[in-house]
Amino acid sequence: MSRVRTYAEAIAEATAIAMEIDERVLCFGLGVDDPKRVFGTTAGLLERFGPARVFDMPTSEAGMTGVAIGASLDGARCLMTHQRLDFFLLALDQIVNNAAKWRYMFGGQSTPVRLVVRLILGRGWGQGPTHSQNLQSWFAHIPGLKVVMPASPADAKGLLLSALFDDNPVLYLEHRWLHQMQGDVPEGDYRVPIGKANRVADGDDLTIVTMSSMTLEALHALPCLRKAGLSADVIDLRTVRPLDWETVLGSIRKTGRLLAVDTASPTCSVAAEIVATAASECFDRLKAPPRRLAMPDFPVPTSPALTANFYPRAEHIAAAAASMLGRTIDVEDIVASRTSPHDVPGEWFKGPF
Amino acid sequence: MTIRAAGHEPPRVALLRSMLRLRCFEEAIAERYPEQKMRCPVHLSVGQEAVSAAVGLALEPGDLAVSGHRAHTHYLAKGGSMPRLLAEIYGKRTGCSRGKGGSMHLIDETVGFKGSTAIVAGTIPVGTGLGLSLSLRNTKQVACVFFGDAAVEEGVFFEAVNFAAVRRLPVLYVCENNFYSVYSPLRVRQPEGRQIHEMVSGLGVRAMHGDGNDPELVYRTTVDALDSIRSGSGPAFVEFTTYRYREHCGPNFDNDIGYRTEAEFLRWRAADPVEAYERRLLDLGTVTSEAVRDMRAEIAAEVADAFAFAEHSAFPDAAEAYCDLYAGEDGT
Ligand SMILES: Cc1ncc(C[n+]2csc(CCOP(=O)(O)OP(=O)(O)O)c2C)c(N)n1
Ligand SMILES: [Mg+2]
Repeated sequence: MSRVRTYAEAIAEATAIAMEIDERVLCFGLGVDDPKRVFGTTAGLLERFGPARVFDMPTSEAGMTGVAIGASLDGARCLMTHQRLDFFLLALDQIVNNAAKWRYMFGGQSTPVRLVVRLILGRGWGQGPTHSQNLQSWFAHIPGLKVVMPASPADAKGLLLSALFDDNPVLYLEHRWLHQMQGDVPEGDYRVPIGKANRVADGDDLTIVTMSSMTLEALHALPCLRKAGLSADVIDLRTVRPLDWETVLGSIRKTGRLLAVDTASPTCSVAAEIVATAASECFDRLKAPPRRLAMPDFPVPTSPALTANFYPRAEHIAAAAASMLGRTIDVEDIVASRTSPHDVPGEWFKGPF
Repeated sequence: MTIRAAGHEPPRVALLRSMLRLRCFEEAIAERYPEQKMRCPVHLSVGQEAVSAAVGLALEPGDLAVSGHRAHTHYLAKGGSMPRLLAEIYGKRTGCSRGKGGSMHLIDETVGFKGSTAIVAGTIPVGTGLGLSLSLRNTKQVACVFFGDAAVEEGVFFEAVNFAAVRRLPVLYVCENNFYSVYSPLRVRQPEGRQIHEMVSGLGVRAMHGDGNDPELVYRTTVDALDSIRSGSGPAFVEFTTYRYREHCGPNFDNDIGYRTEAEFLRWRAADPVEAYERRLLDLGTVTSEAVRDMRAEIAAEVADAFAFAEHSAFPDAAEAYCDLYAGEDGT
């Protein structure tokens, strides 16, 4: 029997289940108990678990991240939430110098840092240069951190539960454009292992590696490729550190072609890392130069006129995939199927945030 | 540059005019936002105009200013161009940031407005750095930093203010305390009984406070602070209490969603700073109702012109996303 939930509901459900299982789980961050409940992702928690465990905080991202680390050293499991990843940049010192290093620099003897930081990735409606950054590769660069980027409601739930019961700091990057997405979500304490990618489509001609919202774009690109007689493996990474090399490289060895799609800009990106590893690990199996498809190497501008073709979408994935196979294909169907303006996730979104 | 003498009279008519202008501008945005042509977040200052108007008039044209996410009225009060501000919100090439920034990233260096940004407290150290350079150049200019009650919870606030105090920098910190950060009341963010200005005073900075809905008080307090800064006594901090009428971000009223009460809103609304000041000046005979009517008509025309400019301006070419990244390059 199917059990349909939105991505936002799946996050709230996973949090509630974790808080039910372990009374040491705390949930805090700006707005977690406010009327909007962080786009619905913390709905019901305050009522169920009370203000001692679900609470708002001062606008002090740096300090409060350190507070979460400290609480976890006394056995708490902290789930912090930021309405935009960009706000969390104030806390880099705590996450990089403390959370990521604590276990290692004390010779593995410390109490685990059980900290999950939810970071929302903004997009569209003029979010602009400081409200829409996708900095997963910064975090993935840091040994000691785990970084997950769920692409479906089920994974949103399963990865959050795994993160909350992991004994390491985990950054959980969730895309604002996925919050409203619906899908089957298993009941109960459902966990998706951290570090395992998900093959969401099977094909022979090329491997498309994706993450987060780009997984959906890649799936939208498939019918168009199929029409041209092309098939692709689509590997949704789910976790960008530790990365599931076995699945990714296995697929590349099978297809001989790699298109690494990223939600971020290309330089030093996760996609770049995948291309580099593919080149060094399966060079002899490659039939074409591996490619990245990512954001422009620029900050995100605000005006809708400037973002119109800024984000890679399904048509770009389809065109890039086809060109790697020496083909040009018609992507008109994809473009024509879209009913809402490019800068909103759907007709339901009317601004302002 | 001419420097104002301490203790002089507030420019009453100009204060009223500025408040009416800021109100009219922000309300027009609220009214037209549902047209879906202003496709970026907007943080309106409706209800808070007295602070911007009075500080704007107290500052000298040569002074510098920076601000945060709720910056439209700071920008206008500092002399920024209304049509270019609006064009920015419309995402047009003629916008003050050429469409790159939107409502939260404004600039007009020709009037000393050095930038507003969207990360809470992000410009507090930047404004402090302006003050450092001004002090090294030994000008009599002041750097003014606008921010809200939540910004004083960020570490960079303390770091920057501490440095300004150590070096006696010519910085005016203007804190608009509207009691909320988004939907979070002060009580969940700062300890009960704490006065922000007292805390800052403890940092070794001259701190003053007052009713931010009394434009004359704001003006006098700010002029007093500016005089002491210009005389070399170091930075000053002014805290003004005020109230935002509309939702944190966007055009609507949201007193019904549960984070504050309609009764609280109505209490503030009943003492509306713009209406109260208009009544006061009419009672005093400082202005006539005809003069106010003319003022309103002029302002309405200015705002209508600004909308026409924004609407009729061209969008930037998509390729313009790929310029302006590094100095010394005009293209990619
Ligand atoms: C570092 C950071 N954290 C959180 C946010 C989200 N945010 C945007 S405006 C705002 C409220 C700030 O409140 P205050 O400083 O009192 O200004 P007001 O909105 O009341 O004018 C918050 C929390 C942000 N932009 N930057
Ligand atoms: Mg406030």
